[in-house]
Amino acid sequence: MSDTTTARTGWHDWLITNEPASRRQARLGQTYRQWLAFRRNPAAMIGLAIVLLLLLVAAFAPLIAPHDPIAQALDQRLLPPSATYWFGTDSLGRDIFSRVVYGTRVTLVIVLLVVVTVGPIGLLIGCAAGYLGGWVDVVLMRITDVFLAFPRLVLALAFVAALGPGLENAVIAIAFTAWPPYARVARAETLVIRNADYIAAVRLQGASQWRIVWKHVVPMCMPSLIVRSTLDMAGIILTAAGLGFLGLGAQPPIPEWGAMISAGREQIFDQWWVATFPGIAICVVALGFNLLGDGLRDVMDAR
Amino acid sequence: MAAAGKSWAGHGIHWGRIATRELSTVAITIFGLLLVTFLIARVMPIDPVLAVVGDRAPADVYERARLDLGLDKPLWHQFAIYIGKVFSGDLGTSVLTAQKVTDDIKTVFPATLELATLGTLIGVLIGVPFGIIAAVYQGRWPDQIARVVGLLGYSVPVFWVGLMGLLLFYAKLGWVAGPGRISVVWQDYVTPVTGIIMLDAAMQGEWDAFWDAFSHLVLPASVLGLLSIAYMSRMTRSFMINELQQQYVIAARVKGLSEFRVVWRHALRNAIVPLVTVIALSYMHLLEGSVLTETIFAWPGLGRYLTNALLNADMNAVLGGTLVVGAVFIAVNLFSDMIGRLADPRTR
Repeated sequence: MSDTTTARTGWHDWLITNEPASRRQARLGQTYRQWLAFRRNPAAMIGLAIVLLLLLVAAFAPLIAPHDPIAQALDQRLLPPSATYWFGTDSLGRDIFSRVVYGTRVTLVIVLLVVVTVGPIGLLIGCAAGYLGGWVDVVLMRITDVFLAFPRLVLALAFVAALGPGLENAVIAIAFTAWPPYARVARAETLVIRNADYIAAVRLQGASQWRIVWKHVVPMCMPSLIVRSTLDMAGIILTAAGLGFLGLGAQPPIPEWGAMISAGREQIFDQWWVATFPGIAICVVALGFNLLGDGLRDVMDAR
Repeated sequence: MAAAGKSWAGHGIHWGRIATRELSTVAITIFGLLLVTFLIARVMPIDPVLAVVGDRAPADVYERARLDLGLDKPLWHQFAIYIGKVFSGDLGTSVLTAQKVTDDIKTVFPATLELATLGTLIGVLIGVPFGIIAAVYQGRWPDQIARVVGLLGYSVPVFWVGLMGLLLFYAKLGWVAGPGRISVVWQDYVTPVTGIIMLDAAMQGEWDAFWDAFSHLVLPASVLGLLSIAYMSRMTRSFMINELQQQYVIAARVKGLSEFRVVWRHALRNAIVPLVTVIALSYMHLLEGSVLTETIFAWPGLGRYLTNALLNADMNAVLGGTLVVGAVFIAVNLFSDMIGRLADPRTR
């Protein structure tokens, strides 16, 4: 008993020491301190819990869902919520709870694909513009401004109109519209870092430009980009749901939440449950990402 | 004195430079806007010739239409023609309505304007006081509530809130009118002058029609207002926290002014400049939010026009609508920038 306590305080002391013996210890120590600060924020912890829950539900969807999300049972159409169908059934007799559960996978795929493509692109453009400056900066930022001049959803709509409806095209369209804020953030960070003394020191040591940007500028941009992308995920989810709602995102029978709300629209006054539950799912997940991002910003992005 | 004189002499040049820079930025952005819409139209899988002649046209008719549309010319030439057309006010003809896209947009735009304006008004009237209170009680429970409400506003899908609003306030409680802009009964009572029904009705003294239009407007505007409240309260909070840390606030407190006066008269007045910028931005966001809201409420505005055109592959209407929304965005951005510069001497 006392052994585990000392072991724990041992780790704690090792992590929060003011004289770290190695770079690894310093880095772990900083993360640990951030975690301690993060833990004190109840709203952020709720956000973290929601996001972890989303991951778990998506991973174990076949075990959680009591019914097949796609199989139709036309004799079970539009049943209200009950012990068998927790969230009721839709107009094709599919269990809405199971569809909501499988919908977590669709949402996660969209969010991850968009962030994975958009983050590096924004980082590259922003760092290049900020570090190189001059005409590179002017050209890249003008392009960014053009994309920022469009409302996101409207531009995504126009892209999907050109590419044709579907999950992949929705992801491409959202990615096309989502990168400018990342470039802006990365550029702003780079402009501050570029003139820092340690960059001058590295340059005097003879490091190449590529090495300076990649090893010394990019890592410093990461915290704000992580915060930005976490806060952005809610927006991505909402845009994807909006496209799905208009019939331009994931196509039936894929259980996408926006499309499910759209399917429940005609029956909203008589069978309220069809549109209500997917909407609640969107709210909860988006709120989770927002709370998490808000908490991360307080911890990682102190400015 | 000499330094002051010099700075005054330099003033005119300074303003001239700012104006040139702003104008060149706007010109480049508009050029980019045109390029993006043009390229979207080019990669469309829909054959624009078929949209004109139909799919049973003989080969020579098809070929003539293709030449008429200028599709045999190189891409840059087509782009130049497109720019020329846009600047002469020609956005093409909508396949759906068989009218000029510009005429269509003229009829639908006031409806969106009406909706977005009331939405912004709701957002400002509720969001700003909310943000001020959150800043004054920073870190305590009013702040926490404001934070959660703000984040909630960023987390709800607007089309879903619209549906839930219809279900509750229209179907169950009967407090407001349903989808549409005005009941059929009143439709012919109001002659469109400005296109904004409530304004027209009030000017013509048709008060029953006015209230009917209001009852149609209030729910969609509140749904949009919800988005605006979230944004306004968050931004107001951060501006006010910044102002309340300034030395003049301490001075005002030391002078013995009531806390109410310090917050609402002194700090708020200095936060107004950035707030105007934010209100303009929020207006733009509502224009975007109106795309989905209008679909839910069958509101005959730009958003619904755009989505309808989209679902029917009416490309001229899609691009025209996108272009107009983009142009409004640029205009509002420029406007808020200018207001900020004029009102705050430090940014000059």
